[in-house]
Amino acid sequence: MNPSEGARITVELGVPAGPPAAVEVPVGPGVQRTYWQTVGERLAHDPVTLACGFILLLMVAAAVFAPWLGLPDPYHSNSAIRLLPIGSPGHLLGTDELGRDMLSRLIYGGRLSLAMGIIPVLNALAVGGTLGLVAGFSGGRVNMLIMRVTDVFYAFPSILLAVAIAGSLGAGVANALLAITIVFIPQITRVTESVTTQIRAMDFVEAARASGAGAFAIIRTHILGNVLGPVLVYATVLVSVSIVISAGLSFIGLGASPPAAEWGLMLNTLRDSIFLAPAISLLPGCMIFIASMCFNLISDGLRGAMDVRL
Amino acid sequence: MDTPHPFLSVRNLRKYFPVRAQRLGGARLMVQAVDDVSFDITEGETLGIVGESGCGKSTTGRLLMHLIRPDEGEVRLCNKPVLREGGLTLRELRRNMQMVFQDSYASLNPRLTVVDSIAFGPRAHGVPKDRAREKAHELLALVGLEPHLFGARYPHQLSGGQRQRVNFARALALEPKLVILDEAVSALDKSIEAQVLNLLMELKRDLKLTYLFISHDLNVVQYVSDHVLVMYLGKVVEFGPVDEVYHRPRHPYTQALLASRPSMDPEIKIEKSPLSGDPPNPINPPSGCRFRTRCVHAESVCASLEPAPVNVSSPAGRHTVACHMWIPSSGHSRKLT
Amino acid sequence: MLYYLLRRIFYTIPIALGVSLVVFTLVHLAPGDPLSAVVGELDARMLAEMRASFGYDKPLYIQYFVWLGSVATGDLGYSMRSGAPVLGILTDAAANTMAIGVLASALGFSAGILAGMFSGYNHGTWLDKTVSSAAIAGVSMPHYWLAIILVIVFSVQFGWLPAMGFGSESSVFSWNTLRHMILPVLALAAIPCAVVARTTRACVMEILSMEFVEALRARGLSERRILWHVTRNALPVVLAVMGLQFAHLLGGSILVETVFSWPGTGYLLNLAIFDRDMPVLQGTILLLSMFFVFTNLVVDILQSWADPRVSRN
Repeated sequence: MNPSEGARITVELGVPAGPPAAVEVPVGPGVQRTYWQTVGERLAHDPVTLACGFILLLMVAAAVFAPWLGLPDPYHSNSAIRLLPIGSPGHLLGTDELGRDMLSRLIYGGRLSLAMGIIPVLNALAVGGTLGLVAGFSGGRVNMLIMRVTDVFYAFPSILLAVAIAGSLGAGVANALLAITIVFIPQITRVTESVTTQIRAMDFVEAARASGAGAFAIIRTHILGNVLGPVLVYATVLVSVSIVISAGLSFIGLGASPPAAEWGLMLNTLRDSIFLAPAISLLPGCMIFIASMCFNLISDGLRGAMDVRL
Repeated sequence: MDTPHPFLSVRNLRKYFPVRAQRLGGARLMVQAVDDVSFDITEGETLGIVGESGCGKSTTGRLLMHLIRPDEGEVRLCNKPVLREGGLTLRELRRNMQMVFQDSYASLNPRLTVVDSIAFGPRAHGVPKDRAREKAHELLALVGLEPHLFGARYPHQLSGGQRQRVNFARALALEPKLVILDEAVSALDKSIEAQVLNLLMELKRDLKLTYLFISHDLNVVQYVSDHVLVMYLGKVVEFGPVDEVYHRPRHPYTQALLASRPSMDPEIKIEKSPLSGDPPNPINPPSGCRFRTRCVHAESVCASLEPAPVNVSSPAGRHTVACHMWIPSSGHSRKLT
Repeated sequence: MLYYLLRRIFYTIPIALGVSLVVFTLVHLAPGDPLSAVVGELDARMLAEMRASFGYDKPLYIQYFVWLGSVATGDLGYSMRSGAPVLGILTDAAANTMAIGVLASALGFSAGILAGMFSGYNHGTWLDKTVSSAAIAGVSMPHYWLAIILVIVFSVQFGWLPAMGFGSESSVFSWNTLRHMILPVLALAAIPCAVVARTTRACVMEILSMEFVEALRARGLSERRILWHVTRNALPVVLAVMGLQFAHLLGGSILVETVFSWPGTGYLLNLAIFDRDMPVLQGTILLLSMFFVFTNLVVDILQSWADPRVSRN
């Protein structure tokens, strides 16, 4: 749930499997694969990651193309058909407390819920990634300044900080997005800084500096490619966290507001119906759980395929 | 031997590293990594630097490359001061001076092909991409790697010796005059080491290079060097022509270091280790002569006064020693000349 | 060691100040005057008077120092809703949160360590796979959803346990209160349990693959003694994760407390947000985040005791 699982971050570079053979194995030209091709190939042989990717793709596609799927209007309420059970004709997953079609609402709900999971991480990646790179590559005072400020924000439990920011700014999707972004920036900064510092200390960066290249060229050619993997793995975990937290904010009334279709909000409004229709009232949470779990499993798969230890 | 302008001249180079853990309120603790090091290198020769681990050999190399900023000291390349008014800029310095590191694997970016790694330097100096890659291919051939076979490979697909050859090619890509070899062959298997050393000597001859050869391996240094510099705890203790230093070492440390080499002759056994214990802590080095705590000839003067390097007579050229026994008026009971 | 301790404590001061500054700023980010929500339609003169009495008419940085000064003396102000001192409200709420937090951690950590050790030791067996899958499900679990599931199962379906509230008894240790605590504790324990299980498993596997374990085996040590060595080496990492989890659990209990209407800090925070009761909001966030800072400090100190390499670095 929270990404501070491991205090240590170690990076293993490349695909170093055991000590390199002393014998010269002739390999014909053109058979070499780039690192990312190797990673892709490994992922393609990982059924769990593939399945999760497929499920997520399905969720995203359904959410994006929802208007063309011939679903009932997710906002059309009808008090005559409140809380129909799962499997009712015309309402495959039943209806909610206002008689709105659950399947349609869950699919439409993916629009907000998935976006609120992914967008904060992308934003935080842009800001925190840059800060971390700058801090890690510059070292010294710049690093001190950036990392000490980061430490302060890191000194809050993630959910508390998100609730505090969203609570202070007031309810609303935009505020919730902003709150979660602010929570994630220091976390991404930390990981990026730590990996960058590690890479920067390696001999090949020394060698690149010794060649007289400028900082920008060194970062682009030598640092970015090596930092990207671990940061990507971490960001994938954060998406899973983000989905849970953003739905949680809506759940306590700080994110989306009624009648929006959003999983956390739906989970909250259906809480009054747990006596009448327990199965229905659990469905939105089920979606949050599946989406979050898929991102977690993909992150595990990526970690394995990239040989990254986070 | 003394030319008016030595190819590379180093004067009073000093670098102290602050130690992290410092006592509250107390003075900042410093590791005296390199202290008052001076030497010259003549064009076309190989200067070997030897010493135990932690004596400042590698730091000296990095200071020359300005990968670490020296606290003090002057470096002149071809009589031009480095990073001084009217002297060489950092970029010019690095065009003329390149370095090869010990760890062949860590010194290559795992995400880049061999060709891209070699071409990076020239590209950074404005050579167009195609030309840089072409040049990388030529360099690969020069270091004995078939360009079409190895050019597109990644570091993990090469053996240690092959990787070190790639590192040489990369160092040569900027056509430097001086190459610093920091333990460049130390991590290789003995059989591979010999091949790579021969390659190094060939390259030096063909490209008219000058080498600064840093190693803890006394035999290898003897084999490749023209002059030798012996370092102990950040200080130069002896400098001289390789044969002189190896056959008639003057400084007690050099004598002990050479005596601790296992002999190739099984009949000769080292009865008692000539050097006992570890070098003292470089944070708080002994006063006076830094070697005195392990020196059999140590006397009171060694603790009170630091010996300045003095010239000793030598048939093969300049030879200096920093030891009170060689300073006539030092007050040491043993007088050597 | 002592030196490390002092340095670590010293280092906490700027962090704590930074945290207080963030907390203060947050509340002043709020759109509109903190008073206008409460006071509603009053004439301008009265509003100005009230603002002056709360000190809202002064420049922000002065307000910060005034606030910091009163916080240092334990004065967190008065609730805008009830007029009661914030400190008193907070202490009651914190005790309630602590009660379920400690129980949940004890439960989650012990279960997590056991499962993780077991799983790491029997790496690759179907039991390990089951534990690992359960753990990854646990870390992905929206705990507020788990809370609802627990309510549906234990309260709605079987009627064994109360769904919400605190019970009417005044003592925390009454049977009725304990019954109210069971479900929140279970809901809170799930994530720490899963996280600790994952960490312990990874840690045990890594240590088992180290050469010194092979050396121990070669010396003929019993598996039990080896297990002891493994535990000793896994301790610092697991300890760190446990500390973080405990603090996260207290800070993140807002969602679970909301589901169960458990009168702890999270629930208080929720009420304060929607009442726009700024002193309570500020006080709660400050208390929880300071506790987090404090826990981190304790964890670091414990870690340096369990792993001598930490303090030397």
